[in-house]
Amino acid sequence: MSAHLIQDEPDTRNVLDRTTQGIIGKPLSRPDGLLKVTGTATYASEYDIEGCLEGVLVTAPFAKGEVTSIDDSSVTGMPGVVAVLNDKRMTPRAIQGTAGEAPHTGLCKVDYWGQPIALVVAETFEQARDAAKHLEIEFNSEDAIFDPAACTPEPDDDPTRQGDLGKAMSDAEHSVDLKFTTESHASAAMEPHAAIAQWDGDTLTVHASLQMLNYNISELADAMKLDESKVRLVARYVGGGFGSKLGVSQDIVAASVATMQLGRPVRVVMSRQQVFQNVMRRSETSQRLRLAVDHHGKLTAFGHEALVSNLPEEDFAEPVLQSSHFLYAGKNRLLQSETARIHRMTAGSVRAPGEAVGMPVLEAAMGELAEKAGIDPVQLRLDNIPTKHPATGKPFGSHKLAECLQRGAEAFGWDGSDRTPRQRREGEWWIGTGMASAARVHNVGEAKARVTLHDDGTAKVETDMTDIGTGTYTILGQIAGEMLGLSQSDVLTELGDTRFPRGPGSGGSWGAASAGSAVFVACEALREEIAQKIGQPVDALTFKDGLVSWDDGSVILADIANGENFTKEGHFEPGDIAEDYTASGFGAFFAEVAVNRWTGETRVRRMTGAFGFGRVLNAKTARSQCLGGMVWCIGSALTESLMFDPTDGHLVNPDLAEYHVPVNRDVPDLDVLLVEERDAVASPIQAKGIGELGMCGGAGAIANAIYNACGARLYVFPMTPDKVLAAMPVD
Amino acid sequence: MKPFDYIRADGLDLAAQQLSHNGAMAIAGGTNLIDLMKLQVETPAALIDLNPLPMNQIANEGDGLRIGALASNTAIANHAKVRADYPVLAKAILAGATQQLRNKATMAGNLCQRTRCYYFTNIDQPCNKREPGSGCGAIEGIAKLHGVLGTSNQCIATYPGDMAVALYALDAQIEISGNDGAARTMPLREFHRLPGETPHIDNNLDAGDIITGVTLPAPVGGTQAYRKVRERSSYAFALCSVAAVIAMADGRFTRADLAFGALAHKPWYDHRVGEMLIGEKPSLALFDKAADLLLEDARGFGANDFKIPLARRTLAATLCEATGVEA
Repeated sequence: MSAHLIQDEPDTRNVLDRTTQGIIGKPLSRPDGLLKVTGTATYASEYDIEGCLEGVLVTAPFAKGEVTSIDDSSVTGMPGVVAVLNDKRMTPRAIQGTAGEAPHTGLCKVDYWGQPIALVVAETFEQARDAAKHLEIEFNSEDAIFDPAACTPEPDDDPTRQGDLGKAMSDAEHSVDLKFTTESHASAAMEPHAAIAQWDGDTLTVHASLQMLNYNISELADAMKLDESKVRLVARYVGGGFGSKLGVSQDIVAASVATMQLGRPVRVVMSRQQVFQNVMRRSETSQRLRLAVDHHGKLTAFGHEALVSNLPEEDFAEPVLQSSHFLYAGKNRLLQSETARIHRMTAGSVRAPGEAVGMPVLEAAMGELAEKAGIDPVQLRLDNIPTKHPATGKPFGSHKLAECLQRGAEAFGWDGSDRTPRQRREGEWWIGTGMASAARVHNVGEAKARVTLHDDGTAKVETDMTDIGTGTYTILGQIAGEMLGLSQSDVLTELGDTRFPRGPGSGGSWGAASAGSAVFVACEALREEIAQKIGQPVDALTFKDGLVSWDDGSVILADIANGENFTKEGHFEPGDIAEDYTASGFGAFFAEVAVNRWTGETRVRRMTGAFGFGRVLNAKTARSQCLGGMVWCIGSALTESLMFDPTDGHLVNPDLAEYHVPVNRDVPDLDVLLVEERDAVASPIQAKGIGELGMCGGAGAIANAIYNACGARLYVFPMTPDKVLAAMPVD
Repeated sequence: MKPFDYIRADGLDLAAQQLSHNGAMAIAGGTNLIDLMKLQVETPAALIDLNPLPMNQIANEGDGLRIGALASNTAIANHAKVRADYPVLAKAILAGATQQLRNKATMAGNLCQRTRCYYFTNIDQPCNKREPGSGCGAIEGIAKLHGVLGTSNQCIATYPGDMAVALYALDAQIEISGNDGAARTMPLREFHRLPGETPHIDNNLDAGDIITGVTLPAPVGGTQAYRKVRERSSYAFALCSVAAVIAMADGRFTRADLAFGALAHKPWYDHRVGEMLIGEKPSLALFDKAADLLLEDARGFGANDFKIPLARRTLAATLCEATGVEA
C-alpha cells in the first residue's frame, strides 16, 4: 500500500521527461479558479455552522508587564455575552513555523503591545466586538526596549570567517564599506487569521487559515493537552499566507479553548489591525557590507553582517545572510549576524525570510562596487559566480545564475552602456535602470500523499498539503495525470485536511518539491503495480489518455482496475543529499524606474525577471509566483514599512491604508522568463521552490535604478519620497 | 462598534431636530464614519441617514455651479461642467481614494471626513481630538502624516482630503441649514478650523446643522492643476498636495489661487501667497519667495520634517507646469 523513497543521491532519471501525457509544465488553469473568482471557495471562517458563537480577542494596551485582573462582570451583563476567557492554555504569540509545540505561558504576561489577553464570546460578532472594547482590566506595565540599536545584541553561534577580510579590504583595488537599514514588513495576506473550532466531546475539529497542518496539529494538540488523534485541522483554501500562517496563531487556540469550555462551536476572526499587531513581522535589519575586487574584477573580500531583532525567548532570527554564503566567490569572508531582544511583536517568517532583505542590500552594494570599479554590473556578477559553495565546498545541483543574467539582460535590453547617473530625463522624471541577482536556498521536506486510481479510470490525490494561492491543487493534479496518463480533469486533488497523509505543508517554497515528490512516489508505485498486472516491465509501458500501451498491446486503464480501486501512499524523504550538495534557485532582475525630480516619488516603469528553479511544473502558476514576488520587490523597495512608536512600542500603521503594499498602478508590465533546468539534487521531480525566489533581490535592482536615474544613493529601504528627496543631488 | 439607533431622514427639519440630540450623527456615504465606528473611535448613539433627502443635484446657479451635499464624488468628477470649467476639482477628486470609495463618498461627507492620524484612530492611544485632555501621542511619536502649518501643542493632525483643497482654491461657498431651519452660507475657507485648544472640533458646524450644498463661483478659466505627492500612485493620502488656479496676461500673473493639502488641520489657503505673485513674472526665484512666505511659520515634528522642503518643491513644480517656466 505504501511506497517509500529516500533520496540520498541525485535523481537523474528525469522520469517526467519520459512520460507522454504531456501536461507537466503546461500552463494549465487552476481547477479551483472558478470557485475562487465566484466567491464559492470556502475559507476558514466561512463555514455556516449552526449555533456558532463568536469570539473577539481583547488585546493589551501596553508592551511589557502583567495583567493583574480581568473584571468579567464589566461585560457579562452586556447583551449576548456568553463568557470571558483567559485560560492558561491560550497562546500569547503566533507560533513559529515548524515549531510543532506550543508555549505554555498563558496570556497574563505581556511582551508586546497588542498581545491578546482575553477572549470575549457572545452570540453575535457585533456583541462580542463591543464587549471586547468594554472589558476592564488592571495591569502593571514596565519599561521596555523597542529600539534594536538600544540594547546589546546576542551574537550568532555560527559565523563564517575565512581569510582576512580587513587586510583584503585595505589591499584591494576597489572596495565599498556600506551600512544599510531595512524596515519591518508584514505579510498582509488578504484573508485574516481566522478559525472555527468545534468540540464534540471527543474530537476537536478546527477550520483554520494555516499553511502547515502537520506541524499545526502538533502545536494545537500540545496547547490543548489533547492527543493528536483527537484533533482535526481543515484548511481547504487559504487566502494568502506568506509565512504568517506557518504556525498556529492565537485565534485558533482561543477558539479551541472556548468550544471545549462552552460546548458550542466558536468562531474567532482577527480584525485587520489584530493581524498586523499580533502575527509575524519580518524583523527590521541593519546590515554592513564590505566588498572588494582586484584589478580583474574578482571579489577578494566579502563581508556581510546583520543585526536583526526578536522578542525574548524566540528562536527565530531573520536569516539575512542565507544566500550570501554562496552567491559570490571571494576568499576572504566574514558573515555574521546578531539578534537584539526588543519588545516589538514576534518576528518570524515573512515571504523569503532572509533573502528578502539580505539580497537587496547585497545587490545594492554590488551596484556601488561595480560603479567604483568601472565594471558593468552584469559583468561583475558573471565574473564572480563560484563553482562550488565557497565555505562548504559542496557542488551545486544546478546553477542558472549566469544564464539568467544573460537572458534577462537580453530581454530587458541591457546593453552595458554608460552607467553614469542622470543621463535621461522625460519631462520632470529622471529615468534610470538597475539590476540585481536573485538567489533563494532550496528547501524540501518529508511528505506523504495518497493516490487512488478508481475503477472508472479517474484518479484522486489526497494530502494535507495546503494551497495558499500558489497553485498546489493544479500542480499535484498535473504530476499525477502525467504519471498515470490522465487529463487534468480526470484527477481530483483534495488538500488541507489532517485526515489525509501528511507533509510539510506550504512554507519556505518547499511545498511543490515535497508534496509533488510524494505524489510522484505514489504514482510510480501505481505504475509498477499496473505493470505487474499486465506482465510487462514498467519501462516498456506508455501511459496516455487513459490507455496503457506497450510494444504489441494496449489496455484501457479503467479495465485494468477491473472493478477495484488501486491506492498507493507515497512517502518521500529528502535523505542526506543535502550533506553532499548545495541546492538553490537563482535568477536576475532588471528594472527601469522614473524618479520625479521635484518630489522624489519613484515609480517602476518596467521590470524583467529571469529565474531558474528546476523543473517548471506549471508555466502559468510558476509565472504567477514570480509576478507576485516581483510585486513584493516593488513594495519592499519603495513603500512597505511597519512603523513602531518610540515611546510605547505600538505598531502605528496596522492596516492596509497605511501599510503601503503596491496597488495596481504601481505595478507595470512585468516580464518573466522561466529558465528551464533539471536539478537532480533538489527532488525526484527535479523541481525546486519558486514561491520566494521572485522577491529575493529585486528591490536592489530598483535601488540601483534610482541611483542611475537621479544620482541618489540610498542606504535605507523602503525608498519613500522623503528619503529619495533627502539623498537627491540638487539640480 | 457600539449598538446604535438607525434613522432614515424624513425631511430636512426633522433630521435637523434628530441631529440635535446628544450622540446623534449624520451619515451619508459612510466611507469614513463606518470605519471609525468599527474601531470605536466614533460611538454615535444614533445615525441619521441623510440619503433620502433630495440633495444630490448638480445644477447651474447664476454663473456658477451648485453641488448638492449628497452628490457622489464620482458624479461631481464626471460632471461635464465641472470637467470643463472647474477641472481642478475633477482632478482633485480623482486623485483621492479609489473608484469604489468615490462612488459612495459624498460632497458633504468628504468635507467632514476626519483625520487619518494614527493616534486618533487607535483608542488605546492618547488623542486630544478623540478624547479632549488625554494628550497627543503624535507629537512625541511617529508624525509622518502630520501638519507643519497651524499646529498647536494640543494637536498636529491634518485634514486628509483632496477635494476640499481644490474647493479652497476655487473659493467655494458652503450652504448650511441650521437646526432652526434657517439657511446660511459661509466661505468654505472658513469652514474647517485649526486645532488650537479645541482640536476635537474639526469645523464650524453646530449641533443640528446640515450641509445642503456647495456653490462654485462663476468660472475663472486659467490653468488649473492639482498635484498630489504620495508614496504609492493610488489609494494613499497625500504627503503634500497643491491645487492651483492660475491666470496670466502679458507674461505676468493675474490670478494665483493656491491651496495646499496635507500640511495642516485644514486645507491651507494663505492669501498672501497669491497676492505676492500677482503682477509678477513667473520665475524659479519668485516661486522660491512664494514658498518662503507660505512656509515662514512651518514647523516639523521629526518624521514630517520632509514636508517643509517637499511643499516648497511641490509649489515650484506646480507653478512651473502651469506657467511653462523651464527648470
